[in-house]
Amino acid sequence: MEDIKKLLAKVAPGKEVAEGTQYPTIELEPNEVRAVAKKLKEAGFDYLINLTGVDYTDALGTVYHISSSTNKTAVVVLKTKTADREEPVLYTVSDIWKSADLYEREVYDFFGIRFIDHPDMRRIFLRGDWKGFPFRKDYNEVNDTPTTNVNIDSLETLPSITLDKEGKIIEKSKQLFGNNEYVVNFGPQHPATHGVLHLRVSLDGEIVKKVDPNFGYIHRGIEKMCESLTYPQILPYTERLDYLSGSINRHAFCMCVEKAAGIEVPQRAQYIRCIFDELTRVASHLLGWGCMAMDMGAITAFIYGMRDREKIMDIFEENAGGRLMPAYSIIGGLTKDVVPNFQQTVSDFVAYMRESIKEYHTLFTGNPIATGRMHNVGWLTKETAVALGTTGPTGRASGWSNDVRKLAPYAAYDKVKFNEVLRNTDTCKGDSFDRYIIRLDEVLESLNIIEQLNDNLPTDGVNVKVPAIVKLPEGEYYQRAESARGDFGVYIKSDGNKNPYRVKFRSPCMTLISALDPLCKGEKIADLITIGASLDYVIPCADR
Amino acid sequence: MSLELIDGINKIHTLLTDNIEATWVSLIEYVLVGLGFLTLYALIALFLIIFERKICAYFQCRLGPNRVGPWGIFQVIADMVKILTKEIIPLKHNDKLLYYAAPFIVIMGSLLTFGGLQFAEGVYGVDFNVGVFYLLAVSSISIIGVMLAGWSSNNKYSLIGAMRSGAQVISFELSACLSMMAIVILGGSMNLSALMAAQEDAWFIFQSPFTWVALVIYLIAAHAETNRGPFDLPEAESELTAGYHVEYSGITFGFFYVAEYCNLFINAAIGTLVFLGGWQALHIPGCEGFNAVMDAIPSYIWMFGKTLVLIFLSLWVRWTFPRLRIDQLLHLEWKIMLPFSLANILLMAIWVIYFK
Repeated sequence: MEDIKKLLAKVAPGKEVAEGTQYPTIELEPNEVRAVAKKLKEAGFDYLINLTGVDYTDALGTVYHISSSTNKTAVVVLKTKTADREEPVLYTVSDIWKSADLYEREVYDFFGIRFIDHPDMRRIFLRGDWKGFPFRKDYNEVNDTPTTNVNIDSLETLPSITLDKEGKIIEKSKQLFGNNEYVVNFGPQHPATHGVLHLRVSLDGEIVKKVDPNFGYIHRGIEKMCESLTYPQILPYTERLDYLSGSINRHAFCMCVEKAAGIEVPQRAQYIRCIFDELTRVASHLLGWGCMAMDMGAITAFIYGMRDREKIMDIFEENAGGRLMPAYSIIGGLTKDVVPNFQQTVSDFVAYMRESIKEYHTLFTGNPIATGRMHNVGWLTKETAVALGTTGPTGRASGWSNDVRKLAPYAAYDKVKFNEVLRNTDTCKGDSFDRYIIRLDEVLESLNIIEQLNDNLPTDGVNVKVPAIVKLPEGEYYQRAESARGDFGVYIKSDGNKNPYRVKFRSPCMTLISALDPLCKGEKIADLITIGASLDYVIPCADR
Repeated sequence: MSLELIDGINKIHTLLTDNIEATWVSLIEYVLVGLGFLTLYALIALFLIIFERKICAYFQCRLGPNRVGPWGIFQVIADMVKILTKEIIPLKHNDKLLYYAAPFIVIMGSLLTFGGLQFAEGVYGVDFNVGVFYLLAVSSISIIGVMLAGWSSNNKYSLIGAMRSGAQVISFELSACLSMMAIVILGGSMNLSALMAAQEDAWFIFQSPFTWVALVIYLIAAHAETNRGPFDLPEAESELTAGYHVEYSGITFGFFYVAEYCNLFINAAIGTLVFLGGWQALHIPGCEGFNAVMDAIPSYIWMFGKTLVLIFLSLWVRWTFPRLRIDQLLHLEWKIMLPFSLANILLMAIWVIYFK
């Protein structure tokens, strides 16, 4: 903490580091952001975790959570705001941290803040003809249900703004595709986009020249809805972000609220939460493995994955009630204790799953066609992974150690011994095969964690009494958790009321989708599908 | 049964010739034979659909259809009725003539092949003197229908699928033909009856080691020609949704579907006839008792049994392997299988000169 404060004093001289916050925080004027950001990046802070837009009612601003791929536990927070609500502009950092590209588009979409020199200021989730910016606190526009299709051409003009020498704003625009390009729509209804993702793919015969993801088909405005809900009411929505790691998201949100409200959760609840998290991860990776195999045409492998995932769903159902979304964690613990034979069922499952993994390797991993399809396809270097913020198994397959369970242990993860599964630490490269095999390896590692937690389950209750209306003290809270797809984050800004002032979920999937274009350039159509499957994104998580 | 069938056919023939003029007799008989083939064609497709669904279900730890009739065997009838009653959705801005002609061309290609096949001893439509050549020629007609379907649908997925299909089928046709040419060298004839007669004592796979090479090449190439996994790139579900037939619905789609299954049968049947002795029983020269027992099994059981084994192999491959990529597929054909089949022809010729 002290080192980081010294560093901050160096990169932003004269700025005061705020006291009493979770992470070292400095507030900057809009025109200072780029300079500080550049210096921070030079100092090793190369991973932009999250970029959140906030409406302070008197001003509009952004919050940057920044971490480093080398000094992994360090997180710093930058803040900036502009008082102009009519024509708010801020400076882009998308050339410094590549992942800011989509984040800034999101901020523009929700708050109307335009970023100077950002190359692509299209709306990201909402329609091009949407009136107003819904996350502003004074938003009261009425948008009718559209009765006609929006012309797709509006997706292909990229507006941007820049400043001339006198500091005046100049509007520019650029075409996404040339006139003679052969552009194919993949999605929103397509079997291999794993949800309603819309990819505009420019092809040269079989070769992919450019991929432009178009988000928003399942955008539900969850973050906006959260602003009018109480904290316990928000819980079900968290599971519907990345529905395949639902209990992890819910766990993260519960932890964020508990930390802010000062609620101490019993050890038993923490252990069981972690077991459920790991079971969710196993289920998610099994589905990811199966879907990847199916995308390559091996439907049998998909059914095998689903067969074993069903056993996890049965454990969830028996103990929590829900299957895909167990709805088990609540603020202060769990809804109820596990059933008496829980430990036996789980240890049986662990033994069964270890055998199944061997079967998977026999069926698919060693298959020459499968390896031929995955090896040397879609190289993602460590540098690109960090710049794009592709966390989780995808980042680890490129040799980027980013497991939140290791670098910021939460719940019971500091009480178990496990290895962070990494691929290619020396070559720092990751192809589709690395991203494929790392998931099966992580399943084995998760089974180890489950086994340790399951054998040492404490016996002190599963929940504590929390007040009927949970109110968080004024302030900003951030909680990271390792979901099945990477670094999931919950940002809550509270003004002391029973509703949050602003909630933002850091979606690991949005950054994964942004990796499609750099990974697929020059590969074949079939590889686009394989690479997409190897990234294993879930669209509701990206769209929120 | 095949002899009884021939007897029955002969009785009908006598009945007709006794009563009407000879020209009319031939005409009526052509129509009857045609109807017979059409029925057989539909029945084989129906059987193969339920067969594949059951087999793949067991590969995938499932039960497969099990509600309609015993073991779900009438499911396929229900599906057929459904597909017959579904709407054929018309498209705007496409080439109507080619669009509607394409399914017929596809189904014609595979139906024509039936005329040249031999289903049991003495049961066949036509016995050409260039039977093998005829089979290869007409079974390639389907690709024209596939290309037309992809082109006339005015859909980018269809077009990519059709182009892939063209590249794939034309490439693999080479290997399939060349591997059969090796057998023609061994059997000394293109006439299927002559090839059958040459296999009476021993099937071709027991006559020369190079037949095995040819058989493996033929099975791979024929499997690729049916556009089924791992060579299902033209309709690659996860890439091109359904490839060349993405715009077809109702019975127009049904034609593609039926043709796919019948091509599966045809390829296995050609493989059986040319490599595995067709309807000839398994004979070991010198073992009279064994041969007599084998001969007791009717020839159509031999034919369909061996064909089913080859179909099962094809299903096994389809439901196990992932899909190849287009460059890997063409690499497999042009750089591996084609040189092998060319060398195989040469070696087979040398074998025939020196050992036969």
